[in-house]
Amino acid sequence: MIQPAAIYVLWLREMLKFVRAKSRMIGAIAMPVFMLIFLGMGFRRVEFPGLPPEISYLQYLVPGIVGMTLLFTGAFTGMSVLMDRQFGFLKEVMVTPASRISIVLGRIAGGATTSIIQALMMLFLSVFLGFALPAIYLIAASVVIMLFISIIFICIGLILSSFMKDIHGFNTMTNFIIFPLFLLSGALFPVQNLPAAVRVFAYLDPLTYGVDALRGVLIGHAAIGVAPDVAILFIVSTALIGISAWCFSGGEVL
Amino acid sequence: MHTITLNGLTRKFGDLIAVDTVTFTVRTGEIFGLLGPNGAGKTTIINMLTTLLAPTSGDATIDGHDIEGDPEGVRRSIGIIFQDPSLDIGLTGRENLDFHAMMYGIGAAERKKRIAEVLDVVGLTGKADVLVENYSGGMKRRLEIARGPIHRPKVLFLDEPTLGLDAQTRRKIWNHIRDLNTKYAMTIILTTHYMEEADYLCNRIAIIDHGRIIALDTPAGLKRLLQGDIITLGTGGPAESLVPALQDRPWIREINCDNSIMTITATEGESRIPDFFTVAQGLGISIVSVSIRQPSLEDVFIHLTGSSIREEAGSRLGHVHSGMRRRMMR
Repeated sequence: MIQPAAIYVLWLREMLKFVRAKSRMIGAIAMPVFMLIFLGMGFRRVEFPGLPPEISYLQYLVPGIVGMTLLFTGAFTGMSVLMDRQFGFLKEVMVTPASRISIVLGRIAGGATTSIIQALMMLFLSVFLGFALPAIYLIAASVVIMLFISIIFICIGLILSSFMKDIHGFNTMTNFIIFPLFLLSGALFPVQNLPAAVRVFAYLDPLTYGVDALRGVLIGHAAIGVAPDVAILFIVSTALIGISAWCFSGGEVL
Repeated sequence: MHTITLNGLTRKFGDLIAVDTVTFTVRTGEIFGLLGPNGAGKTTIINMLTTLLAPTSGDATIDGHDIEGDPEGVRRSIGIIFQDPSLDIGLTGRENLDFHAMMYGIGAAERKKRIAEVLDVVGLTGKADVLVENYSGGMKRRLEIARGPIHRPKVLFLDEPTLGLDAQTRRKIWNHIRDLNTKYAMTIILTTHYMEEADYLCNRIAIIDHGRIIALDTPAGLKRLLQGDIITLGTGGPAESLVPALQDRPWIREINCDNSIMTITATEGESRIPDFFTVAQGLGISIVSVSIRQPSLEDVFIHLTGSSIREEAGSRLGHVHSGMRRRMMR
């Protein structure tokens, strides 16, 4: 069922295009960099109740912005299927004998690699703003969490794009799904401070657990706890892979 | 031995019946043509046979695999050259070919050999390492033609393969298609609205209109349908005024008029020409030119689909035409 060769081809394609589109890469990390610089500077003196005083807002913000980078690049990679549909390349992939799950996994492999590269770039750039990097093994552990986060949002992008027939819905999806997922996730502030009614939605947002786990690993402070976070991320990402494969096998391509 | 069988294949888009209970078989090793006006349903048939579109009802098998029951089996047996672009423009020509071949599990050495070979056939060897976004329309088309059969499928679908190509390239592509058919025993289905393409390549042709098959035969057999020669008369006055005097002649199969040009399908055409002069003289209309030729596939096509006359439906000529057509269908 799972064909490594097909996954490899789709991954290789994504890598080649990533290396060629340097402007795309710079564009993709420009927004998180700006958010980091301006929010980090502007809220420098903010103190959140429940947050240990030795953790500055910048320390608190960096894992959130890393999560945001993964959310946006992941979702856009998933939705780039729409571009493939527009240019007809999707048909070419769909008539090959590659199983639908392999096609989805190939997309995820390519998208996760590029998303994680960009997230790591963000992490290292933040050092220049005063972020204190943890030990190397903790950075390695954070990559595993980044992988889960990427998988989840690439799959969400894939699922959304299987419902949209052209790229006109792209901005709507970004404004009504991707941005709320970002704002609800606690990337910028602790979700515990939200009113109870809104907090419910924050806990339905997978990025909440992703950002919390990243904080646990990178700055040693998790509000929910790294173990339950990772368990939830694992369950959600596995389920979404299955749903994405189903969306691409049941539906018609054209 | 049949490689492709369609059994009552139907596809609806809302109220529109794009493909209407189409049934036919394609023999192993055959080049089979689907000929029809725009919107006749050719591409919809191809999309269903290549598992991109689900049929509303009916079924079909490709190389023994059912298109709905075993789509992955179908996909292993087929290759397709799409009508619309389907290249990755962010990759080079060579990468497009290489990735395609890799998807079918062809080894590196064999890929290299086949890619060099097909690039040569379509004349893109010098442009192979240029990004496809910098290709011209014709170059993209040639690359698609190179890519579709590179994994040597048992069944190859060609949807308007030579659309927009110049005459030299088209000849070359035709020979390539024939080579694929003879060298690798590929069964080929092609759609086209170039009559000479269908005539040159196809063993059998199905003519499709409004989603239905209205004729299916060899090119020679289809031409025999017209049972006669095509006579074209250039007249000094409106050609329509000759119609009443001619339409009762039993040897006339069909009359079409376009201002001062009259096209007649008649049996034993040569011996009828004096008769036209007599009739025209009697009506005081001069005949300024005469030509006579064997029917081409295009004549059959126009005769069967009737698109040139359909626009004038309701006119007296339209009735003559449809009356004639009804007679012929018997």
